[in-house]
Amino acid sequence: MLAYIIRRLFAVVVMLLVVTLVTLSIFFLIPKMTGSDPAAMFVGKQADPASIEAIRQKLGLDEPILVQFWHFVSGIFVGRDYTGGGDTIHCAAPCFGYSFRTEQDVWTMLVDAFPVTLSMVVGAAVLWLVLGVSTGVVSALKRGTVIDRAAMITALAGVSLPIFFTAMLAMLVFRTQLHWVDASYVPITESFGGWFGGLLLPWVTLAFLYAAMYARLTRATMLEVLGEDYIRTARAKGLPEPVVLGKHAMRSTMTPILTIFGMDLGALIGGAILTETAFSLHGLGGLAIKGVSERDLPLILAVTLITAACVVIANLVVDLLYAVIDPRVRLA
Amino acid sequence: MTAPLHETSAGEATATVDGAPDAPGTPDNSGASKAIEGRSPWKIAWTRLKRDKLALAGAFVVVFLILVAIFAPVIVGLLGHPPDEFHEDQIDPLFGTPIGSWGGVSSDFLFGVEPVNGRDVFSRIVYGARISLLVAFLAAVFAVFLGTVLGVIAGYFGGWVDAALSRVMDVMLAFPQLLFTIALVSVLPNEFLGLDGSGVRIAALVLVIGFFGWPYVGRIVRGQTLSLRNREYVEAAQSLGAGRFYILRRELLPNLLAPIMVYATLMIPTNILTEAALSFLGAGVKPPTASWGQMLSTAITTYESDPLFMVIPGLAIFITVLAFNLFGDGVRDALDPKGSR
Repeated sequence: MLAYIIRRLFAVVVMLLVVTLVTLSIFFLIPKMTGSDPAAMFVGKQADPASIEAIRQKLGLDEPILVQFWHFVSGIFVGRDYTGGGDTIHCAAPCFGYSFRTEQDVWTMLVDAFPVTLSMVVGAAVLWLVLGVSTGVVSALKRGTVIDRAAMITALAGVSLPIFFTAMLAMLVFRTQLHWVDASYVPITESFGGWFGGLLLPWVTLAFLYAAMYARLTRATMLEVLGEDYIRTARAKGLPEPVVLGKHAMRSTMTPILTIFGMDLGALIGGAILTETAFSLHGLGGLAIKGVSERDLPLILAVTLITAACVVIANLVVDLLYAVIDPRVRLA
Repeated sequence: MTAPLHETSAGEATATVDGAPDAPGTPDNSGASKAIEGRSPWKIAWTRLKRDKLALAGAFVVVFLILVAIFAPVIVGLLGHPPDEFHEDQIDPLFGTPIGSWGGVSSDFLFGVEPVNGRDVFSRIVYGARISLLVAFLAAVFAVFLGTVLGVIAGYFGGWVDAALSRVMDVMLAFPQLLFTIALVSVLPNEFLGLDGSGVRIAALVLVIGFFGWPYVGRIVRGQTLSLRNREYVEAAQSLGAGRFYILRRELLPNLLAPIMVYATLMIPTNILTEAALSFLGAGVKPPTASWGQMLSTAITTYESDPLFMVIPGLAIFITVLAFNLFGDGVRDALDPKGSR
């Protein structure tokens, strides 16, 4: 078990390094290939050659990409010094550098944005897991009935709706027309009611899409499981139906759902770009968009890395949980 | 044909498929059982698909949308105005919203006009279908091609090849796709290799969406190949002296066709949503080329005063994706050897 975890953690680190290197490459190799200057691109269009050169040296943009990669990665663990024009700025670990645009510490920006994304995603996740799985189970048990059909058609519609469209519709109806909910995000530390009201629409919108996906997945998995021999055995040996369904069937139904849930949760915590954009929430996803639209390389690198880290760590946690849920799984 | 005889129960259809899991592509099978007239899994699938009303409705809408995309210039010529033509006379100069009620819908402007500059929404929706379908189809083809080739290689050759390819797939699935794509698009030049602005973007969209799609196909194909390559009929072919590529082409690929087809059809709606999302985030085709996602992103500032301009492109995406999903689900159920519906 311990060896397994260590091996997996090693894989996680390698994976994150690859993601960082690829992201870094995009911003250096593609402009180079097509003949534009990364430093000039990041400094802004009107900058004079001298200040471009100064920025390039200060940020180390003139160095080979692998050296920059090394500086970036080591900066995360031990901090990093920027020297230029005589003075030195020390950036303490974990150092993701400074924003090209606002000159803020990127790590601080991440820390500020994280609670927004986290409260949105966790709230929605609770909703969609309960709603999606229970709908799927009921649909599977009532297969072919009106309930099943209605649920599955709703679910199919749910997965066919672009989330930013659902978001705008929800805002139009519940915010603009009915005035049921408030407009903006309030930290939970300031006011619980404001936090709840501000996040209600994002929660419901996000949960609707994912509940639809989970209902479809749960139904399909449950039907497959119900056809297995061991379910027949369980019934044949006279176990009451609630035990057969609740204990035997649910366990193997939950395994694939847990996999997907881990991946989804990780990906969303790393930045629910579309939902945050549609609701103008300033979480990690909003930060990502800001970074890209302003060509703010340190910001983009940091958010990409955080997102990828969330996904791979969520995957690891899920694989470990497997061993707990599914007695057939042995980690080695 | 003795079709009625076979139509009796779904259980029998299952039996036919289970009895001949290696049937497609191996011509020897069809001759052996002339008396009972064994139906190929494809025929069974076709019969099932024809019975699935929802799938047929989906297919109908899909065909309709493809025709709309192909004949966009003709349709717009008959029923609309050029998609880039400004109609300031339709706009309230004070608020920038359409003068007519309901977003300016009239017999002249079937879906109303865009706020601020008054472009014909109908024409832009019709032309938007082109971008949506083109990108989704090409990206699906690209993803299925890459996924099949690499998945088969991983599954069939195994060993370090499999280990390496599986790692690559894992990394790709952990990659933040949307973020990566908008980052990539933001550094793309306006002209590249003789393509103009929109061409560069379309090519980039197809390549990136397809490139992030292949691991999903790759994993399925790898798993299937892995389970198929040790079957007796593959061993039989091997012992008859068949080469690796002969086995791949004649023994494995025909049996992989069903899952690949299901995945390809279900990948198109996902791609449509991804394209719309990227356009919504400003990483899609460049204006003035119309796309549905981009219309929605324009609408985000005006939907409170002019809801229809937001609802129409949203519905266009919804209906298209729903139609493809209905059709794809139908194809999946029809090709599922265990399915009974």
